[in-house]
Amino acid sequence: MTHRRALGIPAALGVLCVICLLSLAIGALPLSPAAVWHGLTDPASSAYPVVRQMRLPRTVLGLLVGAALGVAGALMQALTRNPLADPGLLGVNAGASAAVVTATALFGISGLGGLIWFALAGAGLISVLIYLIGGSGVGSPARLALAGTAVNAALYAYVGAVELLDTDALDRMRFWTVGSLADADFPTVTRIAPFLLLGALLAAGCARPLDALALGDDAATSLGGRPALTRAVAILAIVLLCGAATAACGPIVFVGLMIPRLASRFTGPSLPRILPYCAILAPVLLLGADVLGRVVARPAELEVGIVTAVLGGPVFLLAVVGRRS
Amino acid sequence: MSRLVTAGVTASRRRPVLVGVGCVVLALGIALASLEPGSLFTSMTSADVFVFEQLLLPRVLIALLAGASLALSGAVFQSLTRNPLGSPDVLGFTQGAATGALVGVTVLGGATLVVAGSAWIGAVASAALVYLIARRGGVTGGPRLVLVGIGVAAMLGGVNDYLITRANISDAAQAALWITGSLDGSTWSGVVLLAAAAAILMPPLILASRALRIFEMGEDLAVGLGLRTELLRLSALAAAVVLAATAASQTGPVAFVALCAPHVARRLTRASGPNLVPSALVGAVLLVAADWLARYAIPDRELPVGAVTGLLGGGYLAFLLAQQRRTGRI
Repeated sequence: MTHRRALGIPAALGVLCVICLLSLAIGALPLSPAAVWHGLTDPASSAYPVVRQMRLPRTVLGLLVGAALGVAGALMQALTRNPLADPGLLGVNAGASAAVVTATALFGISGLGGLIWFALAGAGLISVLIYLIGGSGVGSPARLALAGTAVNAALYAYVGAVELLDTDALDRMRFWTVGSLADADFPTVTRIAPFLLLGALLAAGCARPLDALALGDDAATSLGGRPALTRAVAILAIVLLCGAATAACGPIVFVGLMIPRLASRFTGPSLPRILPYCAILAPVLLLGADVLGRVVARPAELEVGIVTAVLGGPVFLLAVVGRRS
Repeated sequence: MSRLVTAGVTASRRRPVLVGVGCVVLALGIALASLEPGSLFTSMTSADVFVFEQLLLPRVLIALLAGASLALSGAVFQSLTRNPLGSPDVLGFTQGAATGALVGVTVLGGATLVVAGSAWIGAVASAALVYLIARRGGVTGGPRLVLVGIGVAAMLGGVNDYLITRANISDAAQAALWITGSLDGSTWSGVVLLAAAAAILMPPLILASRALRIFEMGEDLAVGLGLRTELLRLSALAAAVVLAATAASQTGPVAFVALCAPHVARRLTRASGPNLVPSALVGAVLLVAADWLARYAIPDRELPVGAVTGLLGGGYLAFLLAQQRRTGRI
């Protein structure tokens, strides 16, 4: 077991490196490996604009957003004690979308600098709501998921109403609400990185106390934990991670659901051990889906949000149907 | 003591009837107000007659029928899932209908009849798919049905996003309007269709309310009392989905009528059990009232009715979640 654990992280990192290389090498413009290398290093190369200015920021953004969604999903599942909790399914990402649509259509704000605050506020509001519904540990997975569906429906009705009143907003937002990495650039990456870093630090800090909470509030308190503080920190981490990720590339579902489930197969239920795997494997999934989206619809591409929804659905269904209930 | 009990029983029996009568009066009142009766008594030009007969009257009738159909379907789903948040969306209804409508708009040309037909097929097909996936060993447990529905809905959501981004902007706007739900395209043929669906499907569902009440007590108990639960679930689901899909084919999947109307009805009647008839009546009132608001809330600007129900329903949902949580039902 220890042996397997020691090998697990390097193996996952290896897979991640391969996916990153694929993400740099594959796209609408076919390039040889040598051309990719020159494009990465040599500003005079003809491939430089494609590789260095489009594929590299896209890959980096995919890494960051994927890791954020994976870690947020793991935290959410621990916090709600619900194996089917996912920021996308429970409406956190939709909350960020609704806030961003409001900012775009009603206040005319554009550009990530202003939108990110709205996204964080929207994600925060919905996270607290979801926590209030599911955090007490009384809700069954089906009930929490139903509540999430209803919250999602309300938010999308609102987004739809705003878009209908303003066709320009519809034209801009219909691409954003899909969830895409296509418009990535380095300013976006640097803009969201501080939020993600802070979120990741908070997540690492509250992993162990959250594990203790799984024993129940009384047991956690007697072990020296502070349940209310732990939950507040976990919610703050989820909000930072999901809000910033959604602001950068739109709402993406299922990444936060699938990866923690997969990771816990390797590690068992311990959250401090699950989180590093999530941070490595979730970008593998997101970038893999992104590369797949570039390959299947060549020379056009499928947005990564569409690929994760269509791929993630069957995984979710298998998880549900295979469960002994 | 016994008189008190009898009085209580009579009151609890009388209340649903009173609520029903109140709803009918209210619905007719709002319907009449939406028909702009002032113009009926003055001399009408032939254009006025046309507007009244071909635009306003079918619009109000469709609002009444679609509201009742969606609400009845929602009440059946809440009963079958034993959850206050049950609605046809549990079976991926909205997303399935939207996929059908989008295919109708973007691929098949977007004629009204084509969009209505493909949306109907989309809704019914996605519901059937969810049921088949959730079925195992001849049984579909309630929670599994809900979760499978959510998974399928999320996948269809991806497909819908794809279709919307690939459409040109006028098709996308038409589809977005349809998905939100609107009564603009109401016609007499739609009225006839909805009335026929209601006449065929509503009576058997209402007759099943007794069985549904037993079903709500729990699967084991219902089986013990001699109920064939899987047969009941399948037939009630099928009837409710077809009813809602027929309504949605004319108006689009208007948000939250199916979810909220049964709650309002239960609050008014204070009766236990599925409360089907009051729910349907409340649904009719809700949709007619929402349409009236949609037309007059913003001067010079007509909202689609689904935007109004979505916003009102969202607020009601937040209230409901807070309250249900306090009582531990969610």
